[in-house]
Amino acid sequence: MIELVSASRCIQCNICVNVCPTNVFDRVPDAPPTIARQSDCQTCFMCELYCPVDALYVAPQVDPLDSVDETLLKEAELLGSYRRNVGWGRVGEAHRRYRTSSAQEDSTHQILKRMK
Amino acid sequence: MSSPHWRSQNSSTIDVDPNLHTDVLVIGGGPAGTWAAWSAASAGAKVVLVDKGYCGTSGCAAASGNGVWYIPPDAEAREAAKASREALGGFLANRTWMDRVLDQTYTNVNLLAEWGYPFPVDEEGKPYRRSLQGPEYMRLMRKQIKRVGVTILDNSPALQLLVDAKGAVAGATGINRQTGKQWVVRAGGVIIATGGCAFLSKALGCNVLTGDGYLMAAEAGAEMSGMEFSNAYGISPAFSSVTKTLFYNWATFTYEDGTPIPGAGSQRGRSVIAQTLLTQPVYAILDKANEEMQANMRKAQPNFFLPFDRAGIDPFNQRFPVTLRLEGTVRGTGGIRIVDSSCAASVPGLYAAGDAATRELICGGFTGGGSHNAAWAIASGYWAGKSAAEYAQSLGEWGTQRPVQGVGEAGLISGSQHQIKAEEVIQATQAEVFPYDRNLFRTEQTLTGSLQRLDNLWQEIRSSQAGNQQNIIQVREAAAMVATARWMYNSALERKETRGMHKHLDFPEIDVHQQHYLVSGGLDKVWVRNERLGSEKELVGVSP
Ligand SMILES: Cc1cc2nc3c(=O)[nH]c(=O)nc-3n(C[C@H](O)[C@H](O)[C@H](O)COP(=O)(O)OP(=O)(O)OC[C@H]3O[C@@H](n4cnc5c(N)ncnc54)[C@H](O)[C@@H]3O)c2cc1C
Ligand code: SF4
Ligand code: SF4
Repeated sequence: MIELVSASRCIQCNICVNVCPTNVFDRVPDAPPTIARQSDCQTCFMCELYCPVDALYVAPQVDPLDSVDETLLKEAELLGSYRRNVGWGRVGEAHRRYRTSSAQEDSTHQILKRMK
Repeated sequence: MSSPHWRSQNSSTIDVDPNLHTDVLVIGGGPAGTWAAWSAASAGAKVVLVDKGYCGTSGCAAASGNGVWYIPPDAEAREAAKASREALGGFLANRTWMDRVLDQTYTNVNLLAEWGYPFPVDEEGKPYRRSLQGPEYMRLMRKQIKRVGVTILDNSPALQLLVDAKGAVAGATGINRQTGKQWVVRAGGVIIATGGCAFLSKALGCNVLTGDGYLMAAEAGAEMSGMEFSNAYGISPAFSSVTKTLFYNWATFTYEDGTPIPGAGSQRGRSVIAQTLLTQPVYAILDKANEEMQANMRKAQPNFFLPFDRAGIDPFNQRFPVTLRLEGTVRGTGGIRIVDSSCAASVPGLYAAGDAATRELICGGFTGGGSHNAAWAIASGYWAGKSAAEYAQSLGEWGTQRPVQGVGEAGLISGSQHQIKAEEVIQATQAEVFPYDRNLFRTEQTLTGSLQRLDNLWQEIRSSQAGNQQNIIQVREAAAMVATARWMYNSALERKETRGMHKHLDFPEIDVHQQHYLVSGGLDKVWVRNERLGSEKELVGVSP
C-alpha cells in the first residue's frame, strides 16, 4: 500500500492525484498531496512510476504498515527503484535525459522457449 | 467534498464540459477501450472516453503487462495456436472467431511497433512482439487516442446507461470522483469496455474492476454468456498484490516444514495448492530457475520482483508464503454476450469489448489469461469501435437529439428511504465468491446456499438509495458484484458437468450433451438458457 509522500522531495505537481486509479490522494493547496484514502490503495505501483521526483513509496504489503522510515528507504535505494528497474522517466542533471525503457530488453521469448 | 482549488499542469480533464454530445461513447480506458476509441475516431467518429480511474494507468493491463496471442500468418503456426487450448477450453471455442482475432491482433500489434512501442529483438535479430509491458503500452495508447482527437474524462466512472424510447442505448451518466460533478454524455453508440470483475480481491490492478459494465448492460437488457467460467485465481506472495503466475513454473511448493506438496504446480497443480490452503499455509521457492533464467526473468517481468526486493526476500533461495487471489472474470472467460462479428451486445446501440465481453468465442471455458485476453481486447476493441462509429453515423443528428432516460436502478432509485452500507454488502459477497471450496470446487449444495444469500443481498441493495454522491460509486460497485456473482453461480448450477475451468464436484466428468454456451441475464429474477455453438449470427457486418 501507499505509505509515503516525501515532503522534502515532492514538487506538488499533483500528477499522482490524477493518475491513481483508485483516487487515493487529495490535493492540498500549496502543500504535497495527502494520502486521503489509504484503504482504497490497490498496491499497483502506478503513482510511483509517474511521480517525476521519486517522492512516493508503495510498500509491497496489501495491508497498511505501522510506519515507514524515509531515511532507511533512501539508504536502501528503494525510493524510485521501480522506475529505475523498468527504465521509466528522466534522469541526469536537471532531468534532461530519458531512461531507456526496459521493454526493449523484455526477454519473455527466452523464458517461453524453455517452458516447452 | 473536495473542490479543485488547484489544477496541475498535467493533462487533467476535469475542466471538460460535463454535458457532452458525441457519436461514440467508450466506457473504460484499458486496452479494449483505447483500441475502440482509436478505431472509432479513425473511422471519422467524434469520440468521448470515460474512465473510472486514469486512462493509461487504470485496469489490469496497465499495472501488469500482457503476453499477447500474436502469431504471424503462417499456416502451421496458426493451426498450432488454435489447437493448443481447444481441449482445455472444453471445445467451446469457435475457429472462425480465432482466425479473425489472430489476424486483427497481428495487424494491430504491428501498428504499435509503428507508433513507437520499443519491442525487443530475439537472438536472431527478429522483432519479438508477443509481450507488452503494461505501463509503456498504456501510456502509448493514451497518446495515440489523444492524437486522433478523442476527448478523455479521467476519474469519471459511468453509473448508468441512457436509452431511447425504443430501448436503444444512447449514452451514459456518471460522476467525477474528484469534483463530485455529475456528467452526462449523449451518444449515437456506446461501447462497454469496463473490464471484468475481480471482486476487490486486491489482485494487481484489479480493484477498479467490479463488474460495473455488466450491471449497466443488464439494466439496459443485455445478456451474459459463459459466466460459469469466472473462477480464475492467480498465485501471489501472501502479503502482496502481484498475481503473476508464469514464473511459478520454476517453483517448488512446500508445506511449512519445507517438504514438497505432492502434485502442486502453477498450471495443472493449482487445485492442489487451493486444497492445501484450505487447511494450512503454502510456501513457494523458485529453486528450479538457473542463473541465466533468473536474469531473464528479471528482464521479462520487473514487477514480479518488486514485492520481493522490497520485502527483502530472495525468491530463488528463500521460501515465501503464497496465496491464490480471485481474478474472477478478469482471467476467466465470461462476460456480455456478443451477437455478431461487430461485437454488438443483444441491445441496439450497445457494443462490448475486452474482458467486459465473453471470451468463450476464442478461449472456450478455460482462462483467457496468458495471451488470449490481451488479443481479444485489441481485436474486439477495434471492431466495436468501428461498428459503433458506423452505427452512430447511420443515426445522424438524431443520435444525440433523441429523448433519453437513465435505466440504472440499484442505488439510484430516488425517493427510497432505504440506506445501505455498501461495505457490508461487498464483504458478504466476497464471503461467497472468495473461498476455494465454494467457487473453485463447486457443489450443488454450496452453490444453492450461496445463491440464497446473494439473492437476499440483491433484494436489499436493488431498492436502496446511496444517500450522498461519494457513496454512490461504492453502492453501484457493490450492486455490480452481487449481480455478477448471481449470474456466475446460477450458470454454474446449470452446468452439471466439469468442463474448462468449471469444476463441479457432483459431476466430475465432461458431458457431451452439454457442449453448449450458457447465456444468462436478469436482475431481480436471474435466468439461464442454453445456446447452441456457432448459432451466433453469421459473421457478417464488419469489413476488416
Ligand atoms: C496480473 C495480471 C496479468 C495478466 N496477464 C495477462 C497476459 O499475460 N496475457 C493476457 O492475455 N491477459 C493477461 N491478463 C488479462 C488482461 O490484462 C486483460 O484481459 C486486459 O487488460 C483486458 O483489457 P480491458 O481493456 O478489457 O480491461 P482493463 O484493462 O481491466 O480496463 C478496464 C478499464 O475500465 C475502467 N472502468 C471500470 N469500471 C468503469 C466504470 N464504471 N466507468 C468507467 N470506467 C470504468 C477501469 O478503470 C479500467 O481502466 C492479466 C491480468 C492480470 C490481472
Ligand atoms: S507526483 Fe510526486 S511530486 Fe507530484 S505531487 Fe505526487 S508526490 Fe509530489
Ligand atoms: S499504488 Fe496504485 S492505488 Fe495505491 S496510491 Fe499508488 S496509484 Fe493509487
